[in-house]
Amino acid sequence: MLALGVGLYGAEASARPAEAIRPPGALPEQDFLAACVRCGLCVRDCPFDTLKLSELGDNVATGTPFFEGRKVPCEMCDDIPCVKACPTGALDRELTDIGKARMGLAVLIDQETCLNFLGLRCDVCYRVCPVIDKAITLELVHNPRSDRHAMLLPTVHSEHCTGCGKCEHSCVLPEAAIKVLPHKLAQGKSAEHYRKGWVEREAAGGSLIGEQHQLPMRGLEDRKYGDTRVAPGYVPPSDAPVKPGGIDSGWKP
Amino acid sequence: MSAASHTQPAVPPAPTEASSRASVMTRPGAEAVKVKGWLRAHKWLLLRRVVQLGILVLFMLGPWFGLWIVKGNLSSSLTLGVLPLTDPYLLLQSVAAGQVPYKEALLGGGIVAAFYLLFGGRLFCSWVCPVNMVTDAAAWLRRRLGIKGGKVPSEYTRYWLLGLTVLASALTGSIAWEWVNPVSMLHRGLIFGFGLSWGIVLGVFLYDLLIASRGWCGHVCPMGAFYGVLNSAALIRVTADKRSGCDDCMDCFAVCPEPQVIRPALKAVAQDHPLILDKDCTSCGRCIDVCGKDVFRLTTRFDRSES
Repeated sequence: MLALGVGLYGAEASARPAEAIRPPGALPEQDFLAACVRCGLCVRDCPFDTLKLSELGDNVATGTPFFEGRKVPCEMCDDIPCVKACPTGALDRELTDIGKARMGLAVLIDQETCLNFLGLRCDVCYRVCPVIDKAITLELVHNPRSDRHAMLLPTVHSEHCTGCGKCEHSCVLPEAAIKVLPHKLAQGKSAEHYRKGWVEREAAGGSLIGEQHQLPMRGLEDRKYGDTRVAPGYVPPSDAPVKPGGIDSGWKP
Repeated sequence: MSAASHTQPAVPPAPTEASSRASVMTRPGAEAVKVKGWLRAHKWLLLRRVVQLGILVLFMLGPWFGLWIVKGNLSSSLTLGVLPLTDPYLLLQSVAAGQVPYKEALLGGGIVAAFYLLFGGRLFCSWVCPVNMVTDAAAWLRRRLGIKGGKVPSEYTRYWLLGLTVLASALTGSIAWEWVNPVSMLHRGLIFGFGLSWGIVLGVFLYDLLIASRGWCGHVCPMGAFYGVLNSAALIRVTADKRSGCDDCMDCFAVCPEPQVIRPALKAVAQDHPLILDKDCTSCGRCIDVCGKDVFRLTTRFDRSES
């Protein structure tokens, strides 16, 4: 009974809050809790005092190491001293390239407050990213509000993001608009049977369903198929003189 | 309220002896202090405190003064950057939970297990474990306040718990006892910060003080049970080799954290030799201190001499 109780309490307590990130190389949470003896040697060898051992009340399994990106992010040391220090393998020494660490995944979670989404050039999360231009890129998008500016949207790419938390740490807002979350929360998953047509076509070296009829697009008849770009001052040939519409059109039956 | 007020010797002895007996009843070890002096009557207790606190200080030198002789805590540590030490009870649970620890941990666990297997597992309890000071304080206060009664669980509870924690580790796939273990919580708390885990340590203190005399270390703690198993062939043992001088003052029983271990040696119950071979004996040496007749001394398990 007691053992079962302890086990249940353990299962309950192992539901750690999303902002608590495990050190690099940490085994999946369930295996981690079987391997980590809570000695704190990883904490001692962390040169930046990023890692700390949880205390009872932190809602992280008591005595296990974690960090919060918003407070002190992981500096992604090349030699990964925390992993080397772990005597049990709770931090897996298979991880030798810190760029392959997957501590969590940054998500630009609030597009309503992110300054770049408001059309400004904050860019701080992008600038501080240790994997700049891979893990976070700035994607150029037309700004429909002013209609004459661009928005440079910070965009996280999961295949490169280590979850170090530097972006979240440096977000200039009082509450970070970009946050590192556990992959389970941050990522969706495609169904196994989904196929992307353009990927399949690339792989097959051509369309799998033969050439398709290409219907003309009104106003773009003089363009190459698919070219919908609009140059400044471009006037579609068919609309040359704009006539008044509606009741001013002068139309008579 | 004095305990002497409701304890009467069966045969009224001579007046002077009666007064000394009465004071003995009040404070175990009072006679020893009178005969041997305070220092000798607390020799092993002081030595133990020096060792316990010394080990703790070794761990604290790093976080306090940046002097990293020992890193980590009792669960696993690295001394001078070369000597790994790991708690074998934790490793047992980790393996039960389905993990194969790295060789550092296995080596560290092997060194610790070999040391305690050779010299006596429960030396950990009385000479290393920080909770010992908590429960000793509770036991002392309990005697001073004359608190009696309560509910003491069977002394085998800890061995059941030992089995159950290993089983729970296997069933839940996590190191089960670490969710509640007051020993690691206290030690880790002192070195890395407590959070709310001081509450668990306070719980152990209050349990020993109010509910069960010597309840935690002597009846419940599965970690102590694990080291008790390693204590089966302990080299260091207490002998009652001068048991012929025993005057039945019962002081040793009053202070012993595992009083059941004394009788076979002292009173030759089910054994002839005066060695305390029971695996529950922690070799704390408190019985040696409090005995005014110097009945006990520390020796090896091969020394069955009697004088």
